[in-house]
Amino acid sequence: MLHPTYVPAVLLFALFASTVFGITQRDTPKRMIRYGLYCFVLFVGSAILISWLMYFIAR
Amino acid sequence: MATTPIKKSPAKPGFVYLPLILGWLVPGAGHFLVGKWGRGALLSLSILGMFLCGLAMNGQIHSGAHDILDMLSMAGDLGTGILYFISRTMGWGANLVQITTEDWGSRFIVVAGLLNIISAVDAHNLRTGRKA
Repeated sequence: MLHPTYVPAVLLFALFASTVFGITQRDTPKRMIRYGLYCFVLFVGSAILISWLMYFIAR
Repeated sequence: MATTPIKKSPAKPGFVYLPLILGWLVPGAGHFLVGKWGRGALLSLSILGMFLCGLAMNGQIHSGAHDILDMLSMAGDLGTGILYFISRTMGWGANLVQITTEDWGSRFIVVAGLLNIISAVDAHNLRTGRKA
């Protein structure tokens, strides 16, 4: 069974979701890759940002 | 900002909803049907990967709608098409969620279904010529 910690789970989720977003939301391969990378960075970046926000709220 | 116009492929005759239905039933199959092999393979890998990761995390596959959240989760699970019915038949994902990673697994399965719906609609758009 798979029991990932928080960061690997976020990375897996971001990888799969941004691949689908990139392919379905853009028309040309170059734009697909750029948009996929953009989505990946946004997913991971927002997860890190929200995690730090929760850390300070909980203190 | 100037944007270059994108050439749309012309619509072909026939049953235009076939890629949509097939794409929903089997992840990536809609793209295979319209001849987009690379895109189909990547979509199939991503959706199957997310679904299998969800199952490996002991995620729950919703079988009944007891409240509004269950109903929404079940709608998401149904998006995985044939994977949902295979899992139900085999009894996979029937356990109750007890730890955090199992809850994440359930979310992975729901999102895999939602991504598959996006993918199937994209295959339909390719078939109708709305997208190149």
